[in-house]
Amino acid sequence: MTLFDSPFMINALRAGTIVAVVAGVMGWFMVLRRQTFAGHTLSLVGFPGAAGAILLGLSPAVGYFGFCLAAGFLIALASPPVGSALYSEESAVIGSVQAFALACGFLFVNLYHRNLNGLTSLLFGSFLGITSGQVLSLLAVAVPALVALALIARPLLFASVDPEVAAASGLPVRVLAVMFLLLLGVAAAEASQITGSLLVFALLVLPPATSQVITGRPLLGIGISVALGLTVTWAGRVMAYCTP
Amino acid sequence: MAGAATSTAVDDVIRARGASVRFGERLLWSGVELDIAPGTFSAILGPNGVGKSTLLKVLLGLQTLASGTVSVLGEPAGAARRRIGYVPQRKGFDRTLRIRGLEVVRLGLDGNRWGMPLPGPRARLSREAVAEVVRLVGASEYAGRPIGELSGGEQQRLVVAQALVRQPELLLLDEPLDNLDLANQAAVASLVQRICRERGVTVVMVAHDVNPILPYLDEVVYVAKGKAVVGPPKDVITTETLSALYGAPVEVLRASDGRLVVVGTPEAPAHHTDRHAG
Repeated sequence: MTLFDSPFMINALRAGTIVAVVAGVMGWFMVLRRQTFAGHTLSLVGFPGAAGAILLGLSPAVGYFGFCLAAGFLIALASPPVGSALYSEESAVIGSVQAFALACGFLFVNLYHRNLNGLTSLLFGSFLGITSGQVLSLLAVAVPALVALALIARPLLFASVDPEVAAASGLPVRVLAVMFLLLLGVAAAEASQITGSLLVFALLVLPPATSQVITGRPLLGIGISVALGLTVTWAGRVMAYCTP
Repeated sequence: MAGAATSTAVDDVIRARGASVRFGERLLWSGVELDIAPGTFSAILGPNGVGKSTLLKVLLGLQTLASGTVSVLGEPAGAARRRIGYVPQRKGFDRTLRIRGLEVVRLGLDGNRWGMPLPGPRARLSREAVAEVVRLVGASEYAGRPIGELSGGEQQRLVVAQALVRQPELLLLDEPLDNLDLANQAAVASLVQRICRERGVTVVMVAHDVNPILPYLDEVVYVAKGKAVVGPPKDVITTETLSALYGAPVEVLRASDGRLVVVGTPEAPAHHTDRHAG
C-alpha cells in the first residue's frame, strides 16, 4: 500500500505538479516586475469567476479562466504607459478590480444558496476528487501558456528590467505588458483550481521570491523557483495523505 | 565599424534642418540646425526643462518633429535605431532588483530577440561579446553581482556597456554623470571619451554640467529660450553667444582651475545657478 496506489492521489500529484510549474515560471516574472499585487488580485478574481460559473450551471474552470483573463486585460489597459512610473495609479486600479471582484463573489455565493461547502473549496482549494479529465484540461492550458512565455521571454525580461531602453530599441513594451498579465491570469486561474483563490499567492510568490534571493541568473532562478514550488506541493500532498 | 566609415565618412552622422518640437500649444524649440561629424564628442547643454532629452528622443525616432527634418546615420530618425546605443536618464536600478549586471548588459545584445536562448555557438559568441564590453568599461570585477546592489558609478559603467554591446555607430547618453560623485563623473567621462576616440563611435551626451567633459568636447549644442546654438565649446560657451541666445545679459566666468561657470541665466532656478556651467 503506497501513496501511488490511490488514483485520486495520483491525479492530485499530477495537477499539483502542473500548477507548481506554471506558477513557478510566471511567478518569477511577476516578482521581477513588481506585480505581486496584480497577481494577488488575479488570483482572488478566480473566486467570483468560479462562483458565477456555478450559479449559471457552468464548469467552475470556465469561470476561473474567464474572470482571470478579463481582469488581467482590464489591469493591463488601465496601467500607465512606460516611463511615467505611476505605480500608485496602477495600484488604485488593481485595488478597485479586487474589491469589485470580491463583492461579486459573495453576491454570487449568496444568490446560489445551496452547498456552502463549495465556498471553502473555492477559497482554500481542494485537491481531492480531481479527475483525469481535469488534469488533462490543466495541461492543455499550461503547455501553450508556457510556450507563449518562452517565445516572449527575452523581450519580456528586457522590458521588465530596463523598460526605457527596451522601448528605445523598438520593443513593444506595452503589448508585452498586456501579454504578460494575460499569461499571469492563466497561471492564477490554473492555480486557483487546486489551491483555491486565497492560497494561490503562496505558489505564485514564495518560490520565485525565494529563488531571486538565491540567484541573479534568470534561467537558474526560474529553475529554482519551479523546484521549490514542486517540493512544497509534493510535500503538502504527502503530508495530507499521511495525516489521518 | 568599416561599414560605418564607408557609408558615413563624408556625411554627417546627425543632420537637422529647421527642426522644431511642439508639446500641445507650446513650442519647445524651433529652427534647430545640426551637423554632427562622425567620431566626434558633442554635448547638449542648457537649463532644466528646455528639451535637451527631447532632442535625444527625436534622434531615436521616439518624438516626432512639428516641422523640419532630421537624419541619423544617413536614414530618417528611427530607422537607424539598431545602429544607435542609448543610455537614458535614470535614478539607478531598484535596490531590490536581483538580476546580475552581466544579464543587463546582455539584454542590450539579444533582448530584442524572440524565442528562447539556446546553447550553442551563438550563445558562446554572445557571452564573449558581453565579457569584452564589460572589460572595456572596467566592470569585470562586479558584473556578476545583482545590479541593484551596485553603486551609481558601477551601474553607470554597466549601462554604458549595455549600450555598446551591439557595437553602435552612435552613442546617445542622457545625463549619465548625474547622481555620480566627482571622482566617478571624471571616470565615466573619460571612459566615454576613450570609446569615442578608440572605437570611432560618435557620442552625443546631454549634460547638466559641462565641466567634467569640457576637455573632451568637439562640439556643443546649447539649448535655451526655444533655440539652439551649435559650435565648438570655446565659441558657444561665451558671454557674447549665451547673452545673445538668452536675450539677456549672461556672464561666463572661468575659475582658476579652468572650470566654467555661467552666471545670470534667466530661466535657471536660483539653487542651480552655481552648477550651470553650460
